[in-house]
Amino acid sequence: MKELLKDKLTGQFTTVQFEFIEQFDELTLKFDKSAIVNVCAFLKDEDGLKFNFCEDVTAIDWATRKNRFTVVYHIFSMENKFRLCLKVDVDESECSVESVSSIWKAANWAEREAYDMYGIIFLNHPDLRRMYMPEEFEYHPLRKEYPLMGIPGAIPLPKK
Amino acid sequence: MQKLTKDDVHPKIVQALLGTNVHITIDDALENEMILNMGPQHPATHGVLRLLLRLDGETVIACVPELGYLHRGYEKMAENMSYLEFIPHTDRLDYISPPANNVAYALAVEKLAGITAPPRAQYIRMLLAELARMCSHLVAIGALAMDVGALTVFLWGLREREKILDFFDVICGARFTTSYTRIGGVASDVTSDTMKNIISFIDQFEEKFDEMERLLNGNRIFIERLEGVGVINKEDAIDLGFTGPNIRASGVEFDLRRATPYLFYNEMDFNIPVYTEGDCLARYFVRADELRESAKIVRQVIDKIPNGEVMLNSPKKVLPRKTEIYTKMEELIHDFMIVNFGINPPVGEVYHAVENPKGVLGFYIVSKGEGHPWKMKIRSPSFANIQAIPHLVKGQMISDVVAIVGSIDPIMGEADK
Repeated sequence: MKELLKDKLTGQFTTVQFEFIEQFDELTLKFDKSAIVNVCAFLKDEDGLKFNFCEDVTAIDWATRKNRFTVVYHIFSMENKFRLCLKVDVDESECSVESVSSIWKAANWAEREAYDMYGIIFLNHPDLRRMYMPEEFEYHPLRKEYPLMGIPGAIPLPKK
Repeated sequence: MQKLTKDDVHPKIVQALLGTNVHITIDDALENEMILNMGPQHPATHGVLRLLLRLDGETVIACVPELGYLHRGYEKMAENMSYLEFIPHTDRLDYISPPANNVAYALAVEKLAGITAPPRAQYIRMLLAELARMCSHLVAIGALAMDVGALTVFLWGLREREKILDFFDVICGARFTTSYTRIGGVASDVTSDTMKNIISFIDQFEEKFDEMERLLNGNRIFIERLEGVGVINKEDAIDLGFTGPNIRASGVEFDLRRATPYLFYNEMDFNIPVYTEGDCLARYFVRADELRESAKIVRQVIDKIPNGEVMLNSPKKVLPRKTEIYTKMEELIHDFMIVNFGINPPVGEVYHAVENPKGVLGFYIVSKGEGHPWKMKIRSPSFANIQAIPHLVKGQMISDVVAIVGSIDPIMGEADK
């Protein structure tokens, strides 16, 4: 499966640099965030790959690295029973990445959650609202600078 | 359900509900349409799920689910505690089947730490996970029947579930919040007496469940309330991230116990029930069939379970036994290090998903080699299943919303994390 993926992807995307990482029997594919929509659409539709199920979209806050965030996609191919992890780096100064919710509808809420928790903007998302926190909330709680105990007064009390 | 005024709903939610960028007050612009708030305190939402429904008469035109009323920030808490300390919190995710969550979490951490539990521990985990699945489906079927007006099945289902909870009490020391697994094994062994009791429970269960099914399968009201309601086809079900019994009711044979076998599921003989209708009734049938399959697996597990240790002997990663801590110096030191500084798995990232009663439960753990995870993400099945509610309820009557929510069996504990 790894060889097939490598062949198909490097054949289709000549300008994109792919980095394959294998760890704990899992295959991770790392590339530049500008290619995310094209690569995902290719992985979903290409014969022999058919990654039709998007399990999860989330982000990692590395706090001190140059590219502060990494957006992580877990996709699964029901045909091949194979799971793939996609990773793109996102910098804090340009904290956005194209949404893949047009490819997998399941990514819709997962991206909303990542936006809520990390403040990463998913461009062209149909409904980018906060998932869990109230709309008035100013912070993104899973960022490393947000304290575990919360910030007093950050969540407004409900109106009487 | 109460009618809303414009102060009750956030403008962004109204915008999502109406599908356009409008600046309106809800009272005037909707003339014939109405926005109705269902939940978060509505008894048929199975927890604190809030649905905003846009209605034309009694027909639902659009629906926007609102989550977050049970958000406890487990992912943030996980970053600040050791791997062992997080086990009790996994009980509170899908609180209808806590042992299944314990197992899922323990497997993810063990994969990261590069250790495997002894065979007997893995069989016990399978036993507990299948009993938890039976628990969960009994509640799901009972609650669905209750939502559409048949109360007896709920009581009968909870009576059977109570017997399973008694086994949890004997095995884990707690009926409900079991916290039973440890990194590298399970907390205590299961005695052969308990296993005998489980077998005799399974023997009488199949008969009792036949009785329950007779109440429902011949019940015209129950069938007519569910048949053809909330239909979702195969493609949409995959696209929307449906998992568990819900996707198998839409004709997709997808079960992680078969697709990516973990524990000893590849040695078990069981069927994956699949129905193609994709409606609420099919989802009920899948759960009913899975109950029988789980009972079958429980029998096989007890039949095949090997003797041996239930905790791995790996001093740097696995807690030593209490008797040894009290008598031996080495074990005391290891216990001190593990409890105070954690098990320090290698640097890396791991994603492990298992088939929980509600669907695919995955843990994504990022480790920097410290005693606590750098990041932990919980992929919860109910979260993705609730995402499909707007698709399912569109065009249905308002009374069907209750049946649809009951049939996909969401648990807010894991949807809100």
